[in-house]
Amino acid sequence: MAVGNPNRAKAERGIVRWIDDRFPLTQMWQDHMSKYYASKNLNFWYVFGVLSLLVLVNQILTGIWLTMSYEPSAEGAFASVEYIMRDVEMGWIIRYMHSSGASAFFIVVYLHMFRGLMYGSYQKPRELIWLFGMAIYLTLMAEGFFGYLLPWGQMSYWGAQVILSLAGAIPVVGEDLVQWIRGDYLISGITLNRFFSLHVIALPIVIMALVLLHILALHDVGSNNPDGIEIDKDKDENGVPVDGVAFWPYHVVKDLVAIGIFLTVFCLVIFFFPEGGGYFIEKPNYEPANSLKTPEHIAPVWYFTPYYSMLRAITFSLFGLDAKFLGVVTMGGAIAILFVVPWLDRSPVKSMRYKGWMSRTALAVFVVSFIVLGYLGTIATTEGRTQAAQLFTLLYFLYFILMPFYTRIEATKPVPSRVVES
Amino acid sequence: MKKLFLISLILMMPMFAQASGGPSIKLDSMEADASDKSSLQRGMQTYVNYCLGCHTAQYQRYIRAAEDLHIPEDLVMEHLIFSDQKIGDQMTSAMDPKLAAQWFGATPPDLTNEINLRGTDWVYTYLRSFYADESRPYGVNNVVYPAVGMPNVLADLQGIQTKTCGEVTQLDDHGAAVIDSLTGEAITEQSCELLSVAEGSGTMTPAQFDAAMYDLTNFMAYMSKPYKSDSQRIGLWAILFCLMMTVLFYFLKKEFWRDVH
Repeated sequence: MAVGNPNRAKAERGIVRWIDDRFPLTQMWQDHMSKYYASKNLNFWYVFGVLSLLVLVNQILTGIWLTMSYEPSAEGAFASVEYIMRDVEMGWIIRYMHSSGASAFFIVVYLHMFRGLMYGSYQKPRELIWLFGMAIYLTLMAEGFFGYLLPWGQMSYWGAQVILSLAGAIPVVGEDLVQWIRGDYLISGITLNRFFSLHVIALPIVIMALVLLHILALHDVGSNNPDGIEIDKDKDENGVPVDGVAFWPYHVVKDLVAIGIFLTVFCLVIFFFPEGGGYFIEKPNYEPANSLKTPEHIAPVWYFTPYYSMLRAITFSLFGLDAKFLGVVTMGGAIAILFVVPWLDRSPVKSMRYKGWMSRTALAVFVVSFIVLGYLGTIATTEGRTQAAQLFTLLYFLYFILMPFYTRIEATKPVPSRVVES
Repeated sequence: MKKLFLISLILMMPMFAQASGGPSIKLDSMEADASDKSSLQRGMQTYVNYCLGCHTAQYQRYIRAAEDLHIPEDLVMEHLIFSDQKIGDQMTSAMDPKLAAQWFGATPPDLTNEINLRGTDWVYTYLRSFYADESRPYGVNNVVYPAVGMPNVLADLQGIQTKTCGEVTQLDDHGAAVIDSLTGEAITEQSCELLSVAEGSGTMTPAQFDAAMYDLTNFMAYMSKPYKSDSQRIGLWAILFCLMMTVLFYFLKKEFWRDVH
C-alpha cells in the first residue's frame, strides 16, 4: 500500500490512529481478519459459509432494485413482475439473480449444514454457532416462503394456500390462526401486502442480525476443521496456533477461488437456465394467481419439498389426532430435531474421519433420505411413492433418534495431535 | 465416504427413472430460433392478423418487437397496428373480455407467456391439430386440447382437416417404431386418429402451413422471453469474465499459500 509515497502512508496511519482513538477499528480488523487463525487444512467443504454470505448480499442488493419497480397489490403484482422482466432496463437480469439466488442460497446452506454434520462442527464449544445457524435456516425458510407469494402467479398463490392451511390443522385455534395470518378469508391483496412487508423488512433484519451473531460466535471459539482438532491447543512462541493461518489474506484468497467458481456456475444458471428446469421458477407461475382455478399439481419450491413429502407421508390418524395435524407435527419435528444435534452426538471425536462405520452409514442414509424425500415432494403421490416417503421419513428421524446410541457404542479411530494436510 | 456417496446415488437411480413419464399425446418437436428474424417477422404478421383479435399480448410492446425483430417503425404502424394504438403501446385487443367469455365459454387467455406455460412443442402441435367435429359449437375440435372453445381461425390457410382412418407405424412406449424382427420392417396398425386436409380447401399447402405455424410459434417463443438473445450474448461474456477471474484468483491463492507449510 502506497509504496514509494511515505507522505501518503503517513497520512493513512494518521487517519487510522484518529479512528482508533474513537472506535476499535484496528482491533476489529485484527480480531476478525488479520489475526483470526483458522486451520490450514480447511477443504472444499469450508467455502459454503462465505458463499452463503455472498448470496445474502446478492439477495439484498437485487431485492432493493426489484422493490423499486415491484407493486405489492393483487391487481398489479403479476404485471409489475412482467414489467421488470420486459420494460425495466436489465430488469430480467436483476430478477433472475434474485430468483436463482433464492435457490442458490438453499443449495449453499444445505451443503454448509452437511459440512457441519460431517465434521462435527456443532460439538462443544460450537453449540451456539449451530443454534444461530439453525435459526438462520428457519428464518430463511420463512423468507423464501413469503417471497414466493410476491410474483402472484398460480403456484405462488396455491403454494401459499397449501402451506398456510397447515396452520389450520392445529386443533381448536387452527382456523382462526390461519385467518389471522392471512388477514382475510382467502389469500388476497391484504395477505400479499403483509408478506411483502415481512419479506423486505422484518425477516432480512432478523437474518442479518443472526448472521452477525453466527459469525461473532464462530470468531470467539474459532473455526473447526476436517480433523475436528482444536488448533488453539498448540501455539507457537507468538501465540499463533501452529496449524492455523490468518484469515486475511490466506483464507480470503482461498475463498476468492471458490467465489469465482460459484459465480461462473451462477452466471450459467441466470443467463442460460434461469428457470432451473422448472425447479427454480415453476411453470404455472407464468399464469396470474386465480383463486377459482386450482393447478393440477401443486408443488412447493424444491427447498421445501423434503418436509412437504413428510407432511404427505402421514396418511393415518393416531391417538385421536388427525393425519394432517400429525403431518404438520412431523414436519415441525423434522426441523426442530436439527436444533438439538449438538446434544444428540455423544461421540468422543468430532470429525467423520475418526468416527466409526455406524456414524458414516447413518449420515449417508440421512443424506439419501433427505434427497429422496425432496424429490418425492416435487411429484404427484401414488401409493408406492407414499410408502417410500414413509420409509424415508422414518430413516430421517432414526438418524437423529439413534445418534446418542451409535455415536457412543461405536469404535472410533485415534485423533492425531496435529491436523492432517490433504 | 466417497464410496458410500456413490452407492447411495446408485440406489436412488430407479426412483428417478420411475418418475419420468411422457404425455399421452405425442407432440411434434419445435425448436425456436431467436436469431431467425425473418421467421419472427412473419410470425408477428400472422399473430396480429389471426390471433390478436381475441388473444392479447398485453406485456409485449409493439416498439420492443419492432426493435428486436428489426422491423422499421413506420412499417409496424402501417401493417401491424390496425387500431388507433401508438407504437409504444402494449399489444392489447379491443374485444370485451366479458362478451368473449359468453361467446367462447371462457375469455381467450393472454398469450404473452403461453410458451413459458406450455412450451413450443405443445403450441406448435396444437395449432396444427384442429379437425372438423360437428358435435362442437364451432364445428371443430382439437386433438391436443379436446373440447377446446376456440374456433379454427386458421382454417382458411390450412383448409378443412378431418380425422380419417389408415395405416400407421406402430410405436412403443418410448415413441420409437416397432420393428418386425423377421422382415426388419416397421410394423403398421390400423388407426382412425389420422388427421388429413381436404386438398385445395385452404390457401396454403400442408408444408406451407406447417412453416407458417413454425413462424407463429417462434414469434410466441420470442414474446415469452424477449430478452433471450440478449441473455445468451451477455451470458457468454459474463461466464468468460468469471472464468478468467477464477484463474487469476487461483494463481493469487497459489502465490499466497506458497509460504504456508
